[in-house]
Amino acid sequence: MLSEPIIDVDQLQKSFGDLKAVDGLTFGVKAGQTAALLGGNGAGKTTTISMLLGLLVPTAGRIRLFGLDIARQRHKVLGRMNFSSPYVDLPHRLSARENLTVFGKLYGIKDVAGRIKEVAAALDLDALLDRRTGSLSAGQKTRVALGKALLNRPELLLLDEPTASLDPDTADWVRHYLENYQRESGAAILLASHNMNEVERLAHEVLMMRKGKIVDRGTPDDLIYRFGRQNLEEVFLDIARDRRSGEPAEVRGLLP
Amino acid sequence: MTFSFARVGAMCQRHFYVMRRSWPRIVEMAYWPTMQMVIWGFLSQFLATNSSYVAGAFGVLIAGVMLWDVLFRGQLGFSLSFLEELWSRNLANLYCSPLTPLEHIVSLVAMSFVRAVIGVLPAMLLAIPFYDFSIFTLGVPLLAFFFNLLIMGCALGLIVTAMILRYGLAAENMAWFLVFLLAPFSCVYYPITVLPGWAQAISLALPSTHVFEGMREMLFHNVFRWDHFMAALGLNALLCLVGIGIYLFSFAKARKLGLLLQVGE
Repeated sequence: MLSEPIIDVDQLQKSFGDLKAVDGLTFGVKAGQTAALLGGNGAGKTTTISMLLGLLVPTAGRIRLFGLDIARQRHKVLGRMNFSSPYVDLPHRLSARENLTVFGKLYGIKDVAGRIKEVAAALDLDALLDRRTGSLSAGQKTRVALGKALLNRPELLLLDEPTASLDPDTADWVRHYLENYQRESGAAILLASHNMNEVERLAHEVLMMRKGKIVDRGTPDDLIYRFGRQNLEEVFLDIARDRRSGEPAEVRGLLP
Repeated sequence: MTFSFARVGAMCQRHFYVMRRSWPRIVEMAYWPTMQMVIWGFLSQFLATNSSYVAGAFGVLIAGVMLWDVLFRGQLGFSLSFLEELWSRNLANLYCSPLTPLEHIVSLVAMSFVRAVIGVLPAMLLAIPFYDFSIFTLGVPLLAFFFNLLIMGCALGLIVTAMILRYGLAAENMAWFLVFLLAPFSCVYYPITVLPGWAQAISLALPSTHVFEGMREMLFHNVFRWDHFMAALGLNALLCLVGIGIYLFSFAKARKLGLLLQVGE
């Protein structure tokens, strides 16, 4: 039996005046799956995530999360999801522990201190917990923000550039953690990223976006095969420069 | 390195760019001197013909200052608690959590109360040894005045918050000066009869006027004017409804325009 998708987006649109930032997006993400929105700057990735979070009201279309229409029942699903984005921050004058405590209470976690301990151990935050958030490096702040995003054991994680300011070692470590978290919790993850390695590694489905539209989709391997390229970055460049072809590579004579 | 007027000009230009896009900043520049002139003008006018006013009840000006600060601190406490979330780019985190707008507003009211008490209590206590004047001699009516001014401060804070949601940090200065717009009409230091007729009509529509008129009645005649109390309460209820309406409208507008993610200037 097919399970109902945790994210179910149908004909989603967002216009700012004459600009169509998101134009007719339809996609779904099931439990235990990771979908990645991949596209250049201005492709509509962050706008899409903002609408899923309810921070932005769509011009048209429908978003259902956990089977509920978020236009009317947003507050029923917010406790089951969480997010991390480079466009938001945690109060700098509070320590990491204080920030996590506040959000733990906002999400109704019963044993907040215990949960912070677990998250800190998992994300290697112990040494940072009692430091003011403002004094942390960009990478450390990203890890604390990720800690906030995981506090309520979300069934749906929306991650906008989750490893943007991390060094390769830490970024790899975070990806490994996300893979484990998903395996253990069965959470659905929607990722917006410019990092092709990250997308290739984490995503079960890639939604290639350009000018607010999904111009192609598939598994990373499928896209690489169909575009006749070596990796996802080359596919990305093909799409960004509008020299795409969704035809299988052998049809175009690129493969024997 | 030689002094460069071009670089000075470039830096001035940088500030003109900001000013050009922020009408509240320009209004604020002319605002304070004008308000000071109006308030002290009315007070001078009144004292010129009522020189024994302060002698009638020594603490009338001090009590006015203290209670005015309850209103100011109440409004500021509400607005600053909200602004802190904007300054730290935390608003989206909050609005994506299960926190509802109503819960957020109630928490801002609670913080407004805490900040107002922290702000005015030391001054109220210090006035006792300094001037031998205790505002606490007003007794239970003091709580009624405090409550009404705090509610009014929160309602104004809601309006400020709504403007910040709509116009971003460009409207931040409103947190500091909006309440002072009402100062001349609130009759903090002089009775309402000092004002010209048109100003009295505005004045009577403000909860704060009824509080300060009530305060003077207590100090001069030791009478608690229920009519002023009920008028302040009713007007506050109306102001709260207006504030909540404007806030919810601005919140919906911010969600439509994507302003909740766009913080800072």
